Amino acid sequence: MPPVEREARRSGHAANRSMPVAGARVNLRRATEDPAWARWLIIGLAMGFLGIFLFLPLGSVFAEALNKGVGLYFAAITKPEARNAIKLTLLTAAIAVPLNLIFGLAASWAITRFEFRGKNLLTTLIDLPFAVSPVIAGMIYVLVFGAQGWFGGWLTDHDIRIIFAVPGIVLATTFVTFPFVARELIPVMEATGADEELAAITLGANGWQTFFRITLPKVKWGLLYGVIICNARAMGEFGAVSVVSGHIRGLTNTMPLYVEILYNDYDFTASFAVASLLTSLALVTLVVKRLLGGKIANTRLPSGSGDGIEREAA
Amino acid sequence: MSKTTRRVLPGFGLTMGYTLAYLGLIALIPLSTILLKTAGMGWERFWHVVLSPRVIAAYKLSVGASLVAATINSIFGFIVAWALSRYEFLGKGVADALVDLPFALPTSVAGITLTSIYAQNGIIGRLFAPLGIKIAFAPLGVIVALTFIGLPFVVRTVQPVLQELEAELEEAAATLGASRMQTFRRVIGPALMPALITGFALAFARALGEYGSVVFISGNMPMHTEVVPLLIMTRLEEFDYQGATAIALVMLALSFTMLFMINLLQRWSASRHAAG
Repeated sequence: MPPVEREARRSGHAANRSMPVAGARVNLRRATEDPAWARWLIIGLAMGFLGIFLFLPLGSVFAEALNKGVGLYFAAITKPEARNAIKLTLLTAAIAVPLNLIFGLAASWAITRFEFRGKNLLTTLIDLPFAVSPVIAGMIYVLVFGAQGWFGGWLTDHDIRIIFAVPGIVLATTFVTFPFVARELIPVMEATGADEELAAITLGANGWQTFFRITLPKVKWGLLYGVIICNARAMGEFGAVSVVSGHIRGLTNTMPLYVEILYNDYDFTASFAVASLLTSLALVTLVVKRLLGGKIANTRLPSGSGDGIEREAA
Repeated sequence: MSKTTRRVLPGFGLTMGYTLAYLGLIALIPLSTILLKTAGMGWERFWHVVLSPRVIAAYKLSVGASLVAATINSIFGFIVAWALSRYEFLGKGVADALVDLPFALPTSVAGITLTSIYAQNGIIGRLFAPLGIKIAFAPLGVIVALTFIGLPFVVRTVQPVLQELEAELEEAAATLGASRMQTFRRVIGPALMPALITGFALAFARALGEYGSVVFISGNMPMHTEVVPLLIMTRLEEFDYQGATAIALVMLALSFTMLFMINLLQRWSASRHAAG
């Protein structure tokens, strides 16, 4: 930052000198602005960094996927193995996301609507998966349900497969994605406050009525935001799922795992074709996230003005 | 207010009970297996596994590469956050939205893509190959992958602070005769520091546990480009569960320390924020 600082000092002094003049507002702005060359240097560095680390990889996924033609691309993503991977990915998300949605609602209701001891600890526990390597997340389920695990013997006796099968994939995904809805919902529910819920209860509504008619409409955008992110992570989880899947082709492969298998088979075009589907999903997630971001910002305004904007936006 | 709330609003028992049961079943009980499994192996064997040369080499690479990646992300993340929150320029909206891409992109996709770019015949790898610099299948590749996946953290922690801080404080500093540099050092800098450190710690913690993007680009040579999560994976595939859990336990201890420090830091900066 030294060049910025050095130049900033110069422009700062210039502006300070003209400070007491009538059009002070214009000059004040200038005093807190960086000079043009520093601005362009910073923008150049920022875009250069993002260019190399974001735009280039993003472009190259699609370039590699399509470089042998559209025909091969569609052949790659419609193969039975690809379709099975897509199905399993959708199934996994369809189980993990609703589970974590309910958990997110329960946890944020408990945390934002009541005072209790150990609240900080509980909030920290919800962040747990962020501190656990995906490989360790998968490993703990192998330790519980694997052949050598706690329930291993019992499960083998009853011919139930969890590890190296679909239930393991769902469990590992659920673990990795459980914080997302709760994390998005807690700040939104904190910001909206409990006044309206209290009013509803006082007027004779029961708990469920209050929840469905007051709380849910108020936090719906925040909730959707959490669900979208949770879903993206659920469909994209690789490390944890890799440990518990057992890589049984066409049976226990989610899309991210199938990408790896194709890549290791040197079938690069097909690998990138499936990867491009996942990348498109990521892009859609980012667009929706951005659209929802504005709506959530509106919800977080003080209730009076926020309601008006909300209604206008809806 | 809170006391009234507790008495009037229903559902504490239900939501709290469900939350704790869910956390217990999905996370706490499965995680406790790591402790139990390692406890069963005894100290001597534990240290033998954890201090073996291959494991030490993996820890060194994981911690070292994560530190370098988090540092790169702190420097460029700050620059990106500054550009996004202070300036108007073409492509800003797209850039701002795409910063979160590493969050949303599956790590295996990131892994194969970065490998294809940085391999010796890739777009960037090609430029470095004549210089004798190998990026993919070398420790540099690990750093590249960890930089990619840690990219959003510093930007997203610093950006809101920069936006909130905007006009008034800096105007006041300028009005009181501070130069731009003084404003930067005494007003913007201190306000930014907690966010910058938090971002660094988050990027570091994420990089430490990263598996998906690294396995493709690193080449996975033991003692050379093998990161800790990969080593755990290898042990699991060899059905050496005790070895895997011992390595994982050290890793978890490190991660939890980081998480704890991040929490302290955020509480500290929140209280500073409230006081200031």
